[in-house]
Amino acid sequence: MSQKIDLDHGRFRQIIRGKIKQNLRKYISQGEMFGKKGKDTVAIPIPSVDIPHFKHGDKQQGGVGQGDGEVGDALGQGEDGDGPGKGHEAGDRPGDHLLDIEISLQELAEIMGEELELPRIQPKGTEKIVAYKDKYTGIRNTGPESLRHFRRTYRQALRRQISMGTYDPKNPVIIPIRDDKRYRSWRSDPLPQSNAVIIYMMDVSGSMGDEQKEIVRTESFWIDTWLKSQYHGIESRYIIHDAMAKEVDRDQFFKTRESGGTMISSAYKLCAKMISDEYPSDLWNIYPFHFSDGDNWSVDDTHTCVELLKKEVLPYVNLFAYGQVESPYGSGQFIKDLTEHFDEDERVVTSEIKGKEAIMDSIKEFLGKGR
Amino acid sequence: MASLKRFPAYLRDVQEEVEGYAKDFGLDFFPILYEVLDYKTMNEVAAYGGFPTRYPHWRFGMDYEQLAKSYEWGLSKIYEMVINTSPAYAYLLEGNSLVDQKIVMAHVCAHVDFFKNNYYFSKTNRKMIDGMANHASRVRRHMARWGQDVVEDFIDTCLSLENLIDPMSAYIVRSREPKPDADDEAEEQSGRMRSKGYMESFINPPSYLEAQKKKREEEAKKAKRRFPEQPQRDVLAFLIQHAPLDAWQRDVLEIVRDEAYYFAPQAMTKIMNEGWATYWHSKILTEKALKSSEVIDYADACSGVLATAPGRLNPYKLGVELLRNIEDRWNKGQYGKEWDECESMEQKRNWDLRTGLGRKKVFEVRKLYNDITFLDEFFTLEFCIDQKFYAFGFQERTGNWEIMSREFKKVKDQLLKMLTNRGQPVIVVEDGNFENRSELLLRHIHEGTDLDANQARDTLRNGAKLWTRPVSLLTKVEGKGKLLRCEDGNISERSADY
Repeated sequence: MSQKIDLDHGRFRQIIRGKIKQNLRKYISQGEMFGKKGKDTVAIPIPSVDIPHFKHGDKQQGGVGQGDGEVGDALGQGEDGDGPGKGHEAGDRPGDHLLDIEISLQELAEIMGEELELPRIQPKGTEKIVAYKDKYTGIRNTGPESLRHFRRTYRQALRRQISMGTYDPKNPVIIPIRDDKRYRSWRSDPLPQSNAVIIYMMDVSGSMGDEQKEIVRTESFWIDTWLKSQYHGIESRYIIHDAMAKEVDRDQFFKTRESGGTMISSAYKLCAKMISDEYPSDLWNIYPFHFSDGDNWSVDDTHTCVELLKKEVLPYVNLFAYGQVESPYGSGQFIKDLTEHFDEDERVVTSEIKGKEAIMDSIKEFLGKGR
Repeated sequence: MASLKRFPAYLRDVQEEVEGYAKDFGLDFFPILYEVLDYKTMNEVAAYGGFPTRYPHWRFGMDYEQLAKSYEWGLSKIYEMVINTSPAYAYLLEGNSLVDQKIVMAHVCAHVDFFKNNYYFSKTNRKMIDGMANHASRVRRHMARWGQDVVEDFIDTCLSLENLIDPMSAYIVRSREPKPDADDEAEEQSGRMRSKGYMESFINPPSYLEAQKKKREEEAKKAKRRFPEQPQRDVLAFLIQHAPLDAWQRDVLEIVRDEAYYFAPQAMTKIMNEGWATYWHSKILTEKALKSSEVIDYADACSGVLATAPGRLNPYKLGVELLRNIEDRWNKGQYGKEWDECESMEQKRNWDLRTGLGRKKVFEVRKLYNDITFLDEFFTLEFCIDQKFYAFGFQERTGNWEIMSREFKKVKDQLLKMLTNRGQPVIVVEDGNFENRSELLLRHIHEGTDLDANQARDTLRNGAKLWTRPVSLLTKVEGKGKLLRCEDGNISERSADY
């Protein structure tokens, strides 16, 4: 049922949307919304949209309560959400009031797309038909008993009996015969589907600190959000590497910390294997993202990496993204090597992420090509 | 609105029964029209403040979202809602148990009785449903003409100042027209010192009289130049009269002010009104309407209504306890000079003159008092101790809200302070031609609590939008006078004499 409030509510959501858009850079750089993620939604604390009034500051004001307790007993933390209520108003938190707004990931992706001016991705393989969906669309005279349409069958029988004059309203007995039977019929609709897989790779050697990982984590959330909005089905895979590479789950991906050296080629090898074994490139849109601090073991290994990319990765992927997170220990050489070799190749995007503030620009660099 | 078809017969029977008891007890209310709503519609109606039609504005949508969410999460549920109109409209939540509906109906009877009889509601518009609908169509018309965004933005600006009204102005005379003939007489009188006839020329020499006259004239001139002559508490009215607004803007501002005045008495009598309603639902149910099988459910519902939590003042609880206390005192004759002067707690405890005036007294209280006068007069030391009241405050040292005192005087002061001007700061228009530059000077009448600084700045910006010239606010921050000035959206601050 539509309600009067829908208009005002829609208006409110629109304002919220505007606020989120306005503050997107802040959210992205602070990663504020994590931990509040639901299945398809996130809760975002947005700065108050409430209308300002002249009102008393809370802390000087105090209030009156009722019940047990000694003078000096604490009633609750000052800073958390609900301070004690004052008067008969609900307690307002002092200072900036934040409102937790739930928003769907789909909507968030749209907002991000608008704000970063991300082009919509033209998926390859849209023409590929990967699924049929059955839909019951009509009635026919033949079919399996399990699909017999009870009501239509009896209606047909009633119709026949009336026309034959065998129907007696006083004793309404209806007996369907074989010709009366009606069955549901269906149509198989081809459902074009494009799938995508994101392969995240990250250097977990000693030089990648917590701060660097936090940046990767935040960035991966936004990349996920955007790509999810562009494809029907999406998978994420995670590879960590130091001198060796292995596949892990998402949790492990962000938690693991090794101390060994760095051989980037190990990750690329695993990535290439993953693609050739599991993701035929004519059916899948493939997005490898690699994050590291730019330190590689040796020039030789870098050379191997370039070869691997050229021969075994790039031909199959939509985009290969390399994000270099600045770290006090890394030399940051790798990004230079990549640019040197792939400057002309538009399947390769590199981005230097200097800090949290740079996340948004880096996302734009990665996704701005619409591939 | 009047789709009463949704009101089932069995509830009508309950209504009849409950209202019968209420009338027997002496409650006197407008006819009540109930409507049963599902929770979605209930939340919608609640977001609109109980009215079926309000002007379009996003904040209703925000309130709705919060109500809906808090219902879905099981944090709160609106049992009942009633609006001050004649006939009164009240809403019941579909799916509530019959006991709940009974309680609500008894509760509503008392609310409507309060609306009808309490002095502070006597000036409210009892046809406010039409009033609100009228406001809605006016705002819609402005939106159609000037654009939704423009009008909505302007409403935001107006709402930011909506608490700057003078709710008592309907009941008292703030300023009287000077008596026309008083002028001459005053001129004759003032300045001239009393003297016996033969001393006159010595005590009041012509030169002195001349000087006095001049001084008076100058003062009068000064007073005339002041604008407004007296500081004006109804800031909204001042803006409506004097701000350079377009016709539609003035209309919107009038609407906002109108509605603020309509809702003000409810904020002024919240404790009494809820106390009164609780008093009566308890009396009607426990003495008349309750079946023995319903007692447990009733007690459960009631304990929820009257629960207290640390650091929260439950208006239902405070109101009903104080009314019961008054009834008890007037039943036992615990009032008047002798009672006040009695020093012995022992004697006071056993004081019973069997006056039996309790019921009469509570009816009188519901007619004449508002929250402030109610508490000021009846919140006694005995009551304070008995009900375990305390004052709390924020302890900077620990970062906690703490119980500060159980001392009667402090508790009561705090209580009254919280209720003064509905808990809102008092802001007046001090000067409409500040520094002779047609700027506006507002003054915060500081009563011990500073303003919330961030909000004050934002609000000042909105004030400047309406006035279209710089607006300043004189206030005190941590004991020192401070002048905030907003020009073109920028706020500057300087210290000033307060």
